[in-house]
Amino acid sequence: MTRIVATTPGLYPLPDWAKEELSDLKGHQKGDLISGDEGDEIESAYDRARTEIIDEQQAAGLDRIVEGQLRWDDMLAHPLAVADAVETRGIVRYYDNNNFYRETAVTGDLSASGDVAAELDAAAEHVDDLQAVLPGPYSLADLATDEHYGDEADFQAAIAEFLAEEAGQFPDVETLFLLEPSLVENPPGDGPDERASEAIDTVAGAVDAEVVAHTYWGAIEEKVYAHLMDAGVDAIGFDLVADHDENVYNVQEYGTKDDVALGLVDGQNTLVESPETIRERIDWFENRTSNEYGTVYATANTELFYLPVNKVEAKLDALGDAADIEEVEA
Amino acid sequence: MTGPREQFKPTDHPNDHFIMTTVVGSYPKPTWLHRARDLQEDEDADFTEEDFEEAKDDASRLITEEHERSGLDVVVDGEMRRNEMVEYFAHRIDGYEFNGPVKVWGHNYFDKPSVVDEVSYGEEWLVSEYDFTSDVATRPVKVPITGPYTLASWSFNEVYDDDERLTYELADLVRQEIEALIEAGARYIQIDEPALATTPDDHAIVGEALERIVDGVDAIDAGDGSASDAPEDVRLGLHVCYGDYSRIYPEMLDFPVHEFDLELANGDFEQVDVFKEPEFTKDFAMGVIDVHVADVEPVAEIKENIKKALEVVPPERLTISPDCGLKLLPREAAYQKMENMVQAVREVEEELDAGEFEPGVAADD
Repeated sequence: MTRIVATTPGLYPLPDWAKEELSDLKGHQKGDLISGDEGDEIESAYDRARTEIIDEQQAAGLDRIVEGQLRWDDMLAHPLAVADAVETRGIVRYYDNNNFYRETAVTGDLSASGDVAAELDAAAEHVDDLQAVLPGPYSLADLATDEHYGDEADFQAAIAEFLAEEAGQFPDVETLFLLEPSLVENPPGDGPDERASEAIDTVAGAVDAEVVAHTYWGAIEEKVYAHLMDAGVDAIGFDLVADHDENVYNVQEYGTKDDVALGLVDGQNTLVESPETIRERIDWFENRTSNEYGTVYATANTELFYLPVNKVEAKLDALGDAADIEEVEA
Repeated sequence: MTGPREQFKPTDHPNDHFIMTTVVGSYPKPTWLHRARDLQEDEDADFTEEDFEEAKDDASRLITEEHERSGLDVVVDGEMRRNEMVEYFAHRIDGYEFNGPVKVWGHNYFDKPSVVDEVSYGEEWLVSEYDFTSDVATRPVKVPITGPYTLASWSFNEVYDDDERLTYELADLVRQEIEALIEAGARYIQIDEPALATTPDDHAIVGEALERIVDGVDAIDAGDGSASDAPEDVRLGLHVCYGDYSRIYPEMLDFPVHEFDLELANGDFEQVDVFKEPEFTKDFAMGVIDVHVADVEPVAEIKENIKKALEVVPPERLTISPDCGLKLLPREAAYQKMENMVQAVREVEEELDAGEFEPGVAADD
């Protein structure tokens, strides 16, 4: 019997009061973004916002609760932006979005900061079904600038080790989502595709949790997908909102893991999907692939910070309700 | 062929060479204008809509004058009446609704609107803003207007099949407004399409939207070969910022505009070389001021960067401006940056007059 687990890829929008409060406390310029050593007032605002985001997920009935990644001013580049031996510079575009992060240039040997682990520790006090979120090593290497390792393969390996070291400090979590949009947006060629898979393996091996390598903004190329299947993860995530046909094709051709994550709710459009629509999308995917899935992670396709707060709440409710429909029918 | 430009040269311009100076558009609002907005939104405050209109008039007058004081050749009112570049227009277009702020970067947000019904022209957009500014200004006034592609891309589209369809629907509304602006006397209109940098593969959609705008407006001869009996003194610019220009160049040269206003200081001018091959055939408005750091660039540094622009186009096709709107800067810094920028341009013009360097030749390095 397939179990439907309602969850999200994290990176929530700050509650509106926190947008204002933190904007006043921190400022608007490049130098004002998160550094990892913020003062008590700022930390307190983030703590209150984190509690609120956790409460919302629990109220919506999600099965996995994320910390929210509210401090990730630089989005998926955050773990590097707060690490030593990394310089943050001018703002650069975040994929093909109207969003920007600071260029993160690696200038020395990387070592874990424990920043993400500390956020998870703070959340773990309130949550049983905690889900960690990290950038996948391929995407993080793609977002960053290497000025130290010199060689693409060495840099990829160093980023993977860095993330594995961060993950090694996590408290107990049920699930780890590794977000890998770059596998779609800037696909690796011959050689790098295999290394991307090995890098994901390195990070996945660092935690005792279910690991999902989640892709979005389309479908990954066949060869890249075939390599990804070699990574020791429990599920691969597919963005059915952006491209359901190509994603289902990959699964039909190359199979997938025993579990699967499906991006069913659009993290970049305010139109709210009904629980029935979400269920139909799950059924559609299951009917077209021959696998009997252990777990289907029903999730938004992308991070959620693109949306206004009221629509995120509505979409969480829809995801929670969609998972419940299944339970009733079971 | 590039656009009508001589009309923007001040009659008392001190040098033989003329490199035009202007800004992109937005400027920090005076603190009291923010307070006035808060008061107007506070139901308990004794502050009427008329009071707020008066405050905006005062701010517009003040900031237009502040731009003139800095020495700019072409001025704006700093968009004192506009809250944001998409929101402002979406409030005036039927078919939009607002759900709350979303992040752009760091703690900079905007109320990204949702298209929930077919779009149509609602309230007037910019004509009264232009009337007021040109009335108080002693220098020529530029009108920045958000382009249809950006209006579409930076909205949530709940209605149209795709953003391309929405872009063309909005292009018809932008055309209406530009016609009305030209009718009101505007001669320098800058279409802002920052979203093009977001999704550079869509340059053909932006080109098509611009064609729809220009074809509908007789007064614009953008040098695209179309014969027109209408007056040829309207200058049309396109502003694009924060992207990888190599992905839209040289294709963008086919767009029916006279001038491209581009951000280059933020990326430390690394992208200037993109525009050297093939030849830049339109007017080049180069951003030489970083709008995301409060440190004011010294005149000498700006001069060196202006000389980089002269490797792309000759002085008679060069405009110098900041990277983007100045509104996120402290007001003092914004003013000083404009003043240094103008001074740097005038000094470069003097050096050109004196034959101290040859434009087009790389500085000694």
